[in-house]
Amino acid sequence: MTTILGTLQGGVGIVLSFILALLVLATIISEVLPRVQGRPGNAELIARVRAWWVMAGLFVLAVLVDKRVGITFVMFLSYLALKEYLSLIPQRRSDRRVLLWVYLAIPLQYLWVYTGRYGMFIIVVPVYVFLFLPFRLMLTGVTQNFLRASSTLHWGLMLTVFALGHLAYLLVLPPLHPAGGVGLLLYVVLVTQFGDVAQYVCGKRFGRRKIVPQVSPNKTWEGFLGGLVSAALLAVLIAPVITPLNRLEALVLGLALPIVGFIGDVTMSAVKRDLGVKDASSLIPGHGGILDRIDSLMFTAPVFFHFIYYFVYGPVRG
Amino acid sequence: MSDALAFPWLRAAFFAVVVRPALLLGFGLGVRHRERLPQVGPAIVVANHNSHLDTLLLLSLFRFGTLRLVRPAAAADYFGQQPLVNWLTRHLIGALMIERRPKAGERADPLAGLSAALQRGEIILLFPEGTRGQPEVREALKSGLAHLARRHPGVPVIPVALRGLGRALPKGEWLPVPLNLYASIGEAVGADPSDKLAFTQAVEAELDRLDAELPAALWD
Repeated sequence: MTTILGTLQGGVGIVLSFILALLVLATIISEVLPRVQGRPGNAELIARVRAWWVMAGLFVLAVLVDKRVGITFVMFLSYLALKEYLSLIPQRRSDRRVLLWVYLAIPLQYLWVYTGRYGMFIIVVPVYVFLFLPFRLMLTGVTQNFLRASSTLHWGLMLTVFALGHLAYLLVLPPLHPAGGVGLLLYVVLVTQFGDVAQYVCGKRFGRRKIVPQVSPNKTWEGFLGGLVSAALLAVLIAPVITPLNRLEALVLGLALPIVGFIGDVTMSAVKRDLGVKDASSLIPGHGGILDRIDSLMFTAPVFFHFIYYFVYGPVRG
Repeated sequence: MSDALAFPWLRAAFFAVVVRPALLLGFGLGVRHRERLPQVGPAIVVANHNSHLDTLLLLSLFRFGTLRLVRPAAAADYFGQQPLVNWLTRHLIGALMIERRPKAGERADPLAGLSAALQRGEIILLFPEGTRGQPEVREALKSGLAHLARRHPGVPVIPVALRGLGRALPKGEWLPVPLNLYASIGEAVGADPSDKLAFTQAVEAELDRLDAELPAALWD
């Protein structure tokens, strides 16, 4: 309990109150208003908002309790995302057991996070796993579709384990602000997801001109710009509360994160379109699968991390 | 020989503590039309068969209140040989043992146990392919299902297509791989079971149609 209260200091409590206010507002719009006005609510919207309560609650709880719980939570997200990805992509029967090696990359990668071995964290999946997996695939003796198998397996690992793992590494960075790593993690997740929702809402309300109709017909310029402005505003406002970012850095990130998040979103849409599915799974009511929820986050996490690692931590490291 | 479930609480606890969490975290479930599962007996639920875990997967789809009514059929010549396996199959899984091939000289009715369960108002689970066969390939259905349905007119036959375990834990493998599992539940088959062939074909067609609803992706 003392650790939770400890992390609430340093501005985290203010941002959590803001998240709570957003959730309450969303619930008023989705459930309370329809009831007061005596009309049926939108079932999909209700399911979406309720799922947000669960997701935000689990995330906030995991992050606040303890560093180890936070890292384990992100590791579990990696596992769910990788499992969803591996269940979705075409596979060769002969590679069934190789998949266990693919899963083994998760504990290995998060071990480097937990022990704060930045060098290993940054090199193991992109280099060593990248070299090992094709070797292990070669041992099955099946060469048909070999290149496809090794590429798709590693592609999934890069996104769900390497890219997403950057979220956990934020927790072990030395604190430059009273909110510490928790503040950084909260910042990138909140700005990304808020940008997602703002883009969705603006697109629904004002959307007319499509951006990439062949890939994701629901994405419009109006939604994209609305999300960009809202997320940038939020990013600049909360930066001094929970991060060591100065105003210029916050503005650059506030503009970069929604753009990068959008790129992640439409890239995963292209993958789903290729595989012929609308949602990656039906794990989260109203949202689809875990990959549908974290598609933008898998792209913003490493961009945010390396931005602050270079511009904020670089001068400190010397 | 009594076929009644001796320890219903043991099975409920086993599913609540072990089976459901393991299936959910270790694999992950995608279920279509869960509301079509029967909640009262008698009923016959039939599914395609890929893996030993199929039975656990099917049982875990039922609500806890219904679970005590649900009895899978198990081959006595496979599961009834060793005392421990026999006990676990009967009491932990709650299976009804079926003699697929009556012993020489006997003229036993292999469906008698299932008929009795239906008369008790239970829901029985059948894998009418009779074998796990090739992974994710449906074998032709055996005629036992049609015989049983003809004996119990009015008892709904509900087909369920299962997919995923042929990859996650296929026959002959002991090492499971975490991959999502899928189930799609159909409406009761409308065909008349007195025409054995037409009835079996109707069930097969419905299983194939449900299977086509489920995600599938393979390169070989």
